[in-house]
Amino acid sequence: MRWGAFFLVALAVAALIFGCASAINNDYVFFAGYTVLQFIVLATAWNILGGYTGYVNFGSAAFFAIGAYSTVFFYKFYPMPIPVLILIAAVISGLIGLGMGYLTLRLRGAFFAIATLALAVVLQTLIVNWNYVGGSRGAYIIRPSSVDYIGSYVHYLFLIMLALAVVALTIAYAIEHSALGYGFATIRDDELAAEASGVPTLKLKLIATTLSGALMGMAGAPFPYYIGYLQPSSAFGLEYAVNSIAMPIIGGTVSWAGPLVGAILLGTLQQYVTVTISSSVNVLIVGVLLVAFVVVAPNGIIGLITSIARRGRRERKPA
Amino acid sequence: MNANLLEVERLGKRFGGFVALDGIDLAVAAGERVGLIGPNGSGKSTLVNCLCGTLGNYSGAVRFDGRDVAGLTAHQRTRLGMARSFQLPRPFASMTVADNVRVPLLYTVNARHAPRLTGEAVAARAAELLALVGLADKGGQFPRDLTQVEMRKLELARAMAADPKLLIADEAMAGLSHSEVEDIVALLIRLNEGGITVILIEHIMRAVMTFSQRLVVLVSGKKIADGSPSEVIRDKEVERAYLGQ
Amino acid sequence: MQLFSPELVINALIAGLLLGGFYAAVTLGISISFGILDIVNIAHPGFIILGSYIAYILNAQFGIDPIVAALIALPAFYGLGAAIYQVYYVAFETRGREALRGLAFFFGLLFITEVLLILVFGVDYRYVQASYIDQSINIGFVNLPKRMLIPCMISILMFIVLQVFLSRTFMGRAIMAVAQDQLALRLMAASPTRIKRTAFAISIATASLAGAFLIIIQPVEPSVGREYIGRVFAICVLGGLGSLPGTVIAAMLLGVAESLTATFYGPSWAPAVSFGILLLTLAFRPAGILGR
Repeated sequence: MRWGAFFLVALAVAALIFGCASAINNDYVFFAGYTVLQFIVLATAWNILGGYTGYVNFGSAAFFAIGAYSTVFFYKFYPMPIPVLILIAAVISGLIGLGMGYLTLRLRGAFFAIATLALAVVLQTLIVNWNYVGGSRGAYIIRPSSVDYIGSYVHYLFLIMLALAVVALTIAYAIEHSALGYGFATIRDDELAAEASGVPTLKLKLIATTLSGALMGMAGAPFPYYIGYLQPSSAFGLEYAVNSIAMPIIGGTVSWAGPLVGAILLGTLQQYVTVTISSSVNVLIVGVLLVAFVVVAPNGIIGLITSIARRGRRERKPA
Repeated sequence: MNANLLEVERLGKRFGGFVALDGIDLAVAAGERVGLIGPNGSGKSTLVNCLCGTLGNYSGAVRFDGRDVAGLTAHQRTRLGMARSFQLPRPFASMTVADNVRVPLLYTVNARHAPRLTGEAVAARAAELLALVGLADKGGQFPRDLTQVEMRKLELARAMAADPKLLIADEAMAGLSHSEVEDIVALLIRLNEGGITVILIEHIMRAVMTFSQRLVVLVSGKKIADGSPSEVIRDKEVERAYLGQ
Repeated sequence: MQLFSPELVINALIAGLLLGGFYAAVTLGISISFGILDIVNIAHPGFIILGSYIAYILNAQFGIDPIVAALIALPAFYGLGAAIYQVYYVAFETRGREALRGLAFFFGLLFITEVLLILVFGVDYRYVQASYIDQSINIGFVNLPKRMLIPCMISILMFIVLQVFLSRTFMGRAIMAVAQDQLALRLMAASPTRIKRTAFAISIATASLAGAFLIIIQPVEPSVGREYIGRVFAICVLGGLGSLPGTVIAAMLLGVAESLTATFYGPSWAPAVSFGILLLTLAFRPAGILGR
């Protein structure tokens, strides 16, 4: 399937989902659904760098928060419609991704991962000390109550996140089926051999960090409107870092479908656990699942499915 | 004008206190078939790594096709026309054998200013290359399903896919059977007749003697002989250092 | 910004050096696992917090001095380290593609330890009781709190012991060798796996002591570990991977930098100091001060 066709299919599925959600007409569905969709974008974005090229980003929260805080900044400075804010967030996060990549991608993957952690903390400290966007006290965002043609504001946010998810998944799909996807995979498999084969590894890695950062920032841009009150501890929250790594790894890092599956399964599981048990147990479960999958099923759920299918095909062939 | 494709001038490489290469001078003319031999640890692979940019921080100069390659990354040198196979095969494990060969086609051949290959042309050329090395029916398999010998052939195919002016084959024939060695030597000679300069690094003396127009001997990071194969083999120092007489 | 006075600066410097001594103990484990074994164990701060809580339990229930408690718990930590290495080895080193999965593995362990501690102990701050915690030694205007001084001194002792171990004993030298040449080691009929497992176990064992130091210096709650990830790697990278003396020097530098920042700009900027140093070092001098 060409990526154009994929985009149309995804769009159709998204429209269907929105239709069903509107029919159920329970605001909780929209609130919870928004979170899951947000994780789909974050997980897919993480996977473009982590899964495809093999460079682990521990600082997903930083890019997400940059998107959120750029929205807060403009809310106070010059309010703009969310789609514009999303584009602004994409540019800012993308540039920061590029900058960080340029500083650290010439080093080994382990150093890059640690540097992403460092970046997250530095950015968080900067934001905490920046009073214009509320600093540690936080910032309030007044949400409009409704939007024409769509209904209540949360319906609007849900729709936006649906659109972002479609965009993110399409980008991932397009990469996988292009020369760029091959290039990314060679970086993951053997960077030295990739260079020897003519792959410009640094340039491709920079593309991956910029794209990944930009998408994460885009996921963060609507967040202040969703949550109403933004504090650094929630924007830079633990769950973003853990989930953006756990969801692709559990779902499967090799294909676009992995983060989708991981985000849906883990996202809904977490909604359930946080509400019924506690948010700490939630993080515990995610942590245990992450470790278990990494050790036992490194190719994730998608990997398990494909290997079962392959084994089935081999057994059916005559000896 | 200079007919030398590759000029290496006083190439030196240290790892901490260990001197891996000690002032290597080498000139390879376009179209030559050079054999490079030496005991294990003599620096052959280090030499290749420095030439191709996999290793940096070497002293001395490397000139390829008239231009100094200092500062060029490995992929830039590959695009200039230097290709190599790795002594220990380094396949891309997550993609099929055919896809492994596609990568240099997509990233080296298509990166040059010549007209780009279409998807079908790439696939066809990949199949052609696999057939040349004897892996025609393995295209859909993964590197982990290949034998060591087949992986070496894949390494060679990948290097050939980069459409090089200079091909450096680093122990591509280890473990091959007698007839397989003959096939690969014949293949390399055919490539050479088609215009590709080849440096063959090997331990299989039969192959080296058949193949080389010129023989270079490396021992402990120094070049101790450089001449016609028959002369070099009779050189006393070579006998002592390498053949163990 | 605080008023600039020589007494203030000198006290900030001394406090920084003492803090640095403690940071060195915290980083020691990573110097071994990352610097020598090339294993990115970012869960290490989690094990340190675990050490803090064990010191807390033994101190609260039995009145044992926290450092003594850490020494009692040392063998258990050693065993834990050996077990974790075994899992790591079987799951990753034998199968390749260690980078991504190893990182994710330890990341997961970090969170599991933190959350388990939250579930068992809650998020309240815990602290230990010992006679020297509230005492200080005063030399002129210089203030040396014993709760900083004692961990610093024992930390330096730990380093000396380990440096001697690594350079004088067979196992120690084998550990240094395994970092550089596994083949040579095999030819000497020593098993690289066993040596690496010993080294990793030692690295986790140091967490027991470092944890005790931590809870002596400050009250501890489960998420405190995360503040230390950046510090630990900043020190490790700045000091040069695999160099123990480098680690001590870098730790002192970081301690002083943080102390001065906290004194003159306020404590909310302190986390940025270590991570900022880390980023700058990685960007401009990844080999560190005394790097290989």
